[in-house]
Amino acid sequence: MIEMEVVYSRPESFTPTTTHYCPGCTHGTAHRLVAEVLDEMGIREKTIGVAPVGCSVFAYDYFNHDFVEAAHGRAPAMATGIKRVRPNNTVYTYQGDGDLASIGMAEIVHAAIRGENITVIFINNAIYGMTGGQMAPTTLPGMRTTSSPNGRDVEVMGYPVRMSEMLSTIDGTSYSVRRSLHNPANIRKSKKAIRRAFEVQERGMGFAMVELLSSCPTNLKFTPSEALNFIEEQMVPYYPLGDYKVAPEVKALKV
Amino acid sequence: MALKGTIEVDQMHCKGCSLCVEACPQNVIALDMEHLTPKGYHPAMLIAEGCTGCVICAVVCPDAAITVYREKRKKK
Amino acid sequence: MTKELMKGNDAFAEAAVRAGVEGFFGYPITPASEFLEYMAKRMPELGRAFLQAESEIGAIHMVYGAACAGVRSLTATSGPGLSLMSEALSYIAGTEVPAVVVNVMRGGPGLGNIAPSQSDYNQMVKGGGHGDYFPIVLAPATVQEAIDYITLAFDLADKYRALVFIAVDGNLGQMMEPAELPPMRGLPEKPPEWSVYGAEGRDPNILTSIYIDPPDEEVTNIRLLKRWMEIEKNEILYKEYELDDAEIAIISFGVAGRICSSALRTAREEGVKVGMIRPITLAPFPTEAIRELSKRVRRILVVEMNTGQMLNDVKQAVGGNVPIEFYGRIGGITPLPDEILEEIHRVNQNTEDIADGQEKVQWLERLEARIERGDQ
Repeated sequence: MIEMEVVYSRPESFTPTTTHYCPGCTHGTAHRLVAEVLDEMGIREKTIGVAPVGCSVFAYDYFNHDFVEAAHGRAPAMATGIKRVRPNNTVYTYQGDGDLASIGMAEIVHAAIRGENITVIFINNAIYGMTGGQMAPTTLPGMRTTSSPNGRDVEVMGYPVRMSEMLSTIDGTSYSVRRSLHNPANIRKSKKAIRRAFEVQERGMGFAMVELLSSCPTNLKFTPSEALNFIEEQMVPYYPLGDYKVAPEVKALKV
Repeated sequence: MALKGTIEVDQMHCKGCSLCVEACPQNVIALDMEHLTPKGYHPAMLIAEGCTGCVICAVVCPDAAITVYREKRKKK
Repeated sequence: MTKELMKGNDAFAEAAVRAGVEGFFGYPITPASEFLEYMAKRMPELGRAFLQAESEIGAIHMVYGAACAGVRSLTATSGPGLSLMSEALSYIAGTEVPAVVVNVMRGGPGLGNIAPSQSDYNQMVKGGGHGDYFPIVLAPATVQEAIDYITLAFDLADKYRALVFIAVDGNLGQMMEPAELPPMRGLPEKPPEWSVYGAEGRDPNILTSIYIDPPDEEVTNIRLLKRWMEIEKNEILYKEYELDDAEIAIISFGVAGRICSSALRTAREEGVKVGMIRPITLAPFPTEAIRELSKRVRRILVVEMNTGQMLNDVKQAVGGNVPIEFYGRIGGITPLPDEILEEIHRVNQNTEDIADGQEKVQWLERLEARIERGDQ
C-alpha cells in the first residue's frame, strides 16, 4: 500500500467561487500566486485588497480576505488611504495595464514617489480585456487591436510604456521587478517576486511592485497556449524580464 | 525510481484550457472529450500511468483546479 | 469653554480634529489651503493620518479608502478641486461609506477666481457625479456655525453612511471671528463592523459600488432613495428670522443669508415687515417650511451669490403661491447690506405679478444698470 500526501491544493486565501476569467487567462494564475503567498505568510486575516476596474474588477469575489473596489486607476490612492489609517493591515492593489499605466498613471507614480508601504501586482497583457480588446498603453508597436485596427502606429498613437523601468527611477520605490507567467519556471519566479513584494511591506520597507507579463487569449485571438507563446516571443523582447530596482535592504531580505 | 503521483481535477473550476496538458512533462494529462463539466468545458484528466506528482500542472493552472498527490518518501 | 478669535479655515480644521477625524487627505487650493496647512501640523501631533495628495483626485480617493477602513475622514477643497473629485464622490455614495467634504467656494466657472461665491450650489446639492445619489449639504453662515456643522456632518455621515458636504462661502474660510470649539471627542475603540480592517475570525467584508445585475442595482438605488427620504424626514435644518408678522420673506443661505439678516434688521427699523428663512441643509431642502411660508407672505425675495441656483428649489417649494423675485451677485462679488436693503424696499413696494423666468430678466436689468453706474 503506497501512502499518498497532498503536495498541492487550492490555497486557503481563495474562496470556492469559480472565476469569470476566460479559459487560459493568466489573471487566474496571478491570483493564485497571490493567494499562495498570503497563505504561506499567514497574513490572509489582516490583508485588505484593492481591486481595479478591468477584467479583474471582481477579484474581490475570489479572495478570502477583506476587499474594496476602486474607481478606474485609483487603486493606489485608495490603498494609500487605507494603509495610512490602518498601518497594521497588509494592503495591496491588483491592477491591469489600462488601470495602472493609463488612467491611473498619476496615482501609481505618486504612490511610488511617496514610498507608500503597499504592494502592487501589475498585470501587463498588452490589451484592454474587459472592454473588448482595445489598445492598451502597453500594446506593442504594430499590434492590431479593436482600436488600432491597422496596428499600433507609434507615430500617431505613441509608444508602449515600460512601467517597471519607469518606477525604478523613483527614489520612493523599494522594489520594482518584471516577471512573466508564460511557463512553469517563470511562474515560480513570479511567485518568489510576489512573496518578496509582500515581505517588503511587512517590514515597512516601502513601495513594491511586481509587473507580470500576462496573456489574454480571447482578445489576442489565440489559443491559451499560443497566447503564452506570444508573451515569450513578442512581449518579453519588448518588456525584458528582470529586477529594475531592488533597494539594498530588500536585497538583504531572506525570503 | 520516480515517485508515484496522481491528480484530482475540480470539475467546477477546470475550464479545459489545456495549459496543464501541454505543460505535463510526462504527457499523462489530456482533456476528457467524453464529458463536460457543469460549466460546459471538457475537463483535464489523467490518461495514463506515469504521473510523478511534480506539481507542474498545478503551477500552470489558472483556475487552481488541480490537487496533486504524491507518494510519501520512505524514510531510510 | 470660551470664545476665541479664529480664522475660519483653521477653526473648521480644528473642529474636524475634535470631531474625531483620523484621516485628512488634501491638495492645496485657494481659498481652502489653510485647512490643509492646519491639518499638516495638527494631525501628526495626534498620530493621525495627514497627506498632501498628488491631486484632488488622489486626495478624495484616499478619503474613500480611509472611509472604507472605517475611520472618520475628510478633505477640504474649492470648486475646481471639487470638480476633479466628482468621480470619487459618486463611488463613495455608491459604496455607502461615510465621508465629509468641505467646499470653500470661489468664483467660477473654469479657473474663475478666488473670491467668495455660492456658485457650487448645484454641483453639491444635485450631486455632481454620475448616477442616482443624494448627498447631504450643510451651509453655515458664520465661523461658529461652520464649526458646529462639521461635527454634525460627521454624525450625519456615520448615521446614514452618507456623503456630506459643508458648503462654505469663501469669506468664511478667510475671515476671523470669535467662536467656540467643541471639546475633543474620543476615538472609537473598534472599527465599524461593515468596514475593512482584516477578516480575522469572520467572513471577508467587501466594499464595492458595483451591482452588475440590474435588479441588484435597482434594489441598491431603492435603498439609497429610501435612506434619503429618511434623511428628508429627520434632518432638515433652517433658521427663521422675524417671520411672525412678515409680509415679504427672504430666502437666502450662507454668507448671503447673513448679509440679508443684517439688511433685514435695518428694514425692520424702517418699518418693513420682512422676515427670512435661511436654509442650513441645502439638501435636504426645507421645501415644506418654504411652502408653508409662501401661503402667508405676499412676496418672496431669493438672494444668492450665484445666478439663481437655489432659486429653482424655492420655486418648486412655492409652487406659484406668491411672486418670487431674485437678487444675486456673481463672479466672486459679495453683495453689501445696503444693496439688499434697497432690494427689500423695492420688493416691498412691488405689487406686480412676475411671470416665471422674468425675475431673472428683471434682476439682470437692475444688476447691469448698477454695474453701469459704477456702484459696488
